[in-house]
Amino acid sequence: MATTALEHAPPDTHAATGLWSWITTVDHKRIGILYGASAFLFFLLGGIEALVIRWQLMAPNQTIVGPETYNQLFTMHGTTMIFLGVMPLSAMFFNFMIPLQLGARDVAFPRLNAFSYWVFLAGGLLLNVSWLFRAAPDGGWFGYANLTTRQFSPGMNIDFWTVGLQILGIASLAAALNFFVTVINLRAPGMKMMHLPMFVWMSFITQILLLLAFPIITVALVLLMIDRTFGTHFFVPSGGGDPVLWQHLFWFFGHPEVYILILPAFGIVSEILPVFSRKPLFGYAAMVFSGAFIAFVGFGVWAHHMFATGMGPFADAFFSLATMIIAIPTGVKIFNWIGTVWGGRVEYKTPMLFALGFIAMFIMGGLSGVMHSSPPADLQQTDTYFIVAHFHYVLFGGSIFGITGGAYYWWPKMFGKLLDEGLGKLHFWLMLIGFNLTFFPMHIVGLNGMPRRVYTYSAESNFELLNRLETWGSLLLGLAFVVFLWNIIRTTRSSQAPAPADPWNGATLEWSIPSPPQEFNFPKVPQVHGRDALWEMKRERGGSLPEPQRVDGRGIHLPNPSFRPFIAATGVLITLGGFIGGSHLWVHLAGLAVLLYGIFSWAFEPTG
Amino acid sequence: MADTAHAQVDEHHYTATGIDHRKLAIWTFIASECMFFASLIGTYLVYKGRDVSGPRPHTEWLLNGRMQEQILEIPLVTFGTSLLLFSSFFVVLALSGAQRGNRKALIGWLCATIFCGIFFVGMQVFEFTHFYHRGMGYTTNLFASTFYTLTGFHGTHVTLGLIWLTTVLVVALRGKLPPEKSLNLEIAALYWHFVDVVWIVIFPVVYLIR
Amino acid sequence: MPHPIRRRLPAYAPVLTLALLALATACSPDQYPQTTLNPRADFARQADDVFRTTLWLAAGVFVLVEGALLLAMWKFRNRPGAADPVQTHGNTTVEIVWTIIPAVILAMIAVPTVQTIFRTATRPGPDALQVEVIGHQWWWEFRYPQLGITTASELRVPVGRTVNLEMTTIDVIHSFWVPAFAGKRDVFPNRFNDLWFKAEVEGNFPGQCAEFCGIQHGRMAYRIVAVSGESFDAWAGGFNAPPRDFSADPAASALVKQGQALFTAKGCIGCHSMYPALPLIGPNLHHVGSRSHVAAGTMVNTDENLAKWIQHPQAWKQGVLMPELGLSDDEVHAVVAYLRANQ
Repeated sequence: MATTALEHAPPDTHAATGLWSWITTVDHKRIGILYGASAFLFFLLGGIEALVIRWQLMAPNQTIVGPETYNQLFTMHGTTMIFLGVMPLSAMFFNFMIPLQLGARDVAFPRLNAFSYWVFLAGGLLLNVSWLFRAAPDGGWFGYANLTTRQFSPGMNIDFWTVGLQILGIASLAAALNFFVTVINLRAPGMKMMHLPMFVWMSFITQILLLLAFPIITVALVLLMIDRTFGTHFFVPSGGGDPVLWQHLFWFFGHPEVYILILPAFGIVSEILPVFSRKPLFGYAAMVFSGAFIAFVGFGVWAHHMFATGMGPFADAFFSLATMIIAIPTGVKIFNWIGTVWGGRVEYKTPMLFALGFIAMFIMGGLSGVMHSSPPADLQQTDTYFIVAHFHYVLFGGSIFGITGGAYYWWPKMFGKLLDEGLGKLHFWLMLIGFNLTFFPMHIVGLNGMPRRVYTYSAESNFELLNRLETWGSLLLGLAFVVFLWNIIRTTRSSQAPAPADPWNGATLEWSIPSPPQEFNFPKVPQVHGRDALWEMKRERGGSLPEPQRVDGRGIHLPNPSFRPFIAATGVLITLGGFIGGSHLWVHLAGLAVLLYGIFSWAFEPTG
Repeated sequence: MADTAHAQVDEHHYTATGIDHRKLAIWTFIASECMFFASLIGTYLVYKGRDVSGPRPHTEWLLNGRMQEQILEIPLVTFGTSLLLFSSFFVVLALSGAQRGNRKALIGWLCATIFCGIFFVGMQVFEFTHFYHRGMGYTTNLFASTFYTLTGFHGTHVTLGLIWLTTVLVVALRGKLPPEKSLNLEIAALYWHFVDVVWIVIFPVVYLIR
Repeated sequence: MPHPIRRRLPAYAPVLTLALLALATACSPDQYPQTTLNPRADFARQADDVFRTTLWLAAGVFVLVEGALLLAMWKFRNRPGAADPVQTHGNTTVEIVWTIIPAVILAMIAVPTVQTIFRTATRPGPDALQVEVIGHQWWWEFRYPQLGITTASELRVPVGRTVNLEMTTIDVIHSFWVPAFAGKRDVFPNRFNDLWFKAEVEGNFPGQCAEFCGIQHGRMAYRIVAVSGESFDAWAGGFNAPPRDFSADPAASALVKQGQALFTAKGCIGCHSMYPALPLIGPNLHHVGSRSHVAAGTMVNTDENLAKWIQHPQAWKQGVLMPELGLSDDEVHAVVAYLRANQ
């Protein structure tokens, strides 16, 4: 509703530094780094939670942690890894790379982008502050009602969860809106939708999923919060409420969420494979359409999480067949990735190792997924460690391998230095071995009857040997990330020569500008004529481009920094935070006042 | 809301599609909001008729041993609905005024829009208060909870729309809404239409279908 | 440049071999009492058939696809002086073929899946043994309406007769799981779900709650005991007698008498019924002395374990409704003797 300011002073071309510059930044690259840094810390926290879980389960009847703490640990491990780990790590790449790959100077709404980040950080901190109150959420990441209603969960634990996830939902929706518009509207001249780099395509589909799935979980969380706060009966059976409705709402969000977690990794891998095979992506159109098809059908399979609820044979058969259909486009993707490598000239650099590891592990996750798409088999497998194995092959073997590959691939672009190859390869092999040692035995222990979410198991169950193996594997996994941290620290401190603009002979536009990019990204907006724009340009120039020079960005129009998004995000945090431990009217009102001030001053702030 | 990246050197916002960022964003936001209201309406329908006790929307119910009439009062709400529908028409006229640079039409029709919106919210406040006095609190039964939640969230959206339109009105009164900036009203109007359309779904689902 | 995979292989090969060996020995389902891979009833067998079909198809696909990936990685590795690869963008025929092949494989899974869904959805006839299963935080209650029996944490069924479970919960959602005989079925408040099976062999098998249900979800187990028809009838007949009153029984030891007195004096009787047809809020304890396990199927029913459980239930199962009664060692021995006498 505000005016869009038209006249501006020439922007300061010297990048500002200091804390205030980070709080007020609207630069998509800096916001990307903020996302990445926060998400990586949350990811490490979730990893430590996992290690404590593994320590507790190493032997039967252990009391390393009590059942109360254990339930908080597995709830927070899942919630953290999904909402504070994988999603914002993907958001880091959305932020940093989508505008660069599009040939744009920023996202469509730079301040909204900052707002998304600060709201995300607020939600993540709120969720984790619960540990200080010894009231971390303990109802599972799926928070099934009626266990999570006030009667059975009287503490603040679930309040932190409902409020925290609502705040994170706002962040995700704002970001998704932003990137959706960015991809449609900020493509460089000549870049048609079917010219988009595959990472942008998969991210674009992810934004659509976010936009359509998050409102549903928001409604579910709001209803649960109202139940807990005001005593309604949406999920309280004594008042006629139905806990099964929670499951439908949750999984109607929850299954698309799975694709929200994996599609960006599909995109990253589809960028890495062609570059290190020296060959374009095999079957570009099939890759786009299979991604879109997976997302579309992904909205029609949610009840395969509920086969054990007894929905009747017709519903079971429908959701089972719909789920199996998803395996077809997923198979197409895998074959196309192998087709990309086939006939290429494969260079085994660290990003490529992670991308190939991703394919190998994701095949496993996909196949075990087909196994429990069949309800009769699923009745035995659901809620056992077989499922834990399955989704870790998809989300760790898939998403995390893809994201880590992306980190090695784009690190020079983001920070101007190449990560060490030797340490990178050590990281990869430790991660591959540790991952399989941790999660492969879970298939076996699950099929042999070990249920999920149990804080211990009996000695006579004989689960000990496999659990010990898993715990040792998880230590290797932890070690892999210590190596990664060491690599980051060493690279950052090293005095190595700055990375060239295009260290990998990349195919996409981000490699046409200096590493790291200048604030305005592209001194001159590129013209695009087809796919793999940079390869095309190189071919036209006969093989390689001159190293791009840093230029004075005088005259290039950039948005001014603003602290208003931060204020508005604080308002969101306070307003919703007032719902922890009951409804506190004055907290809501104070929060709303801050929020309104933030939004109005933002709306009438001259954009720069 | 007016938060566009000046991604191009030229003053014209370059967009690959030629559609303004904000217009595209509001359409996208509306798509997302559709899922939000679909979930709320779905919840209402799932719980329809599953109350343990009264009040009941369309049939008589028992309170303290006395039969009570159905709780919903359709004539008043029908009137409110029609005003909301008219407001959608008015905001189109206001936008047309803004685009033509007809300040009088802009301000007049915008005032009419806001007036209709205020009446609608007032009607809802009256309805809620009236229900409360007839013994239907927020937690009384499933119908009460789903009804208040669904219509309450819609009312909140109308209220937010009113704040937005009023802000645009203030801008217009200060003479800062020339035709080339009429998009500032257009996106608010798009949101306003959406809020109306949602009510067109809610009204029959809640008030007309027995 | 040597290929990194070949160069690294020896470094981790011994570890991998060891791990594989450990896995191989750990794989046999016979060692796992709660396994789903040894079906011992018709229902579980049908599920297992579908699973095995899928498993073998998946194993075949796994070998072929991972093989193709490894082959591509090996065959097309960068070699010094290698020419630039041909810039192919795709191949429609190949892409259509590898869309159709997975569809065919999936059809091979889908057909038996749908058949089994409908076969397992049929309802057993009226001559089935009816059992009402009720989930509690954190134990399972079993009622046999045809026999007028209520029992807890031990579901006894006859071999060769279909058992039909009608299941619900009095608090939160649980999931009833009989790995040896059938799969899982969630139980919901105000709603009945069913599951059936016909046990094929005698035995004592573990089962446990499979839906997260609060702090003690991990220790919400039970035993399922399949016995011969005659043996089952004899067991059921034993419930016709009212609980034994040891106070007037000259044959009973003083310890048992003291235990019975304590059972009343300490309030145990407020939650735990000794009458087979009378359910109270705690598990029914008729016949408790002869159960194989106590504490919701999580402890073998020895005198030592029973004493440990009764004296400090919160130590074994933090959050359980059963309070710490502050029984002395002597008192606990008496109560254990009394419970043991209830065979």
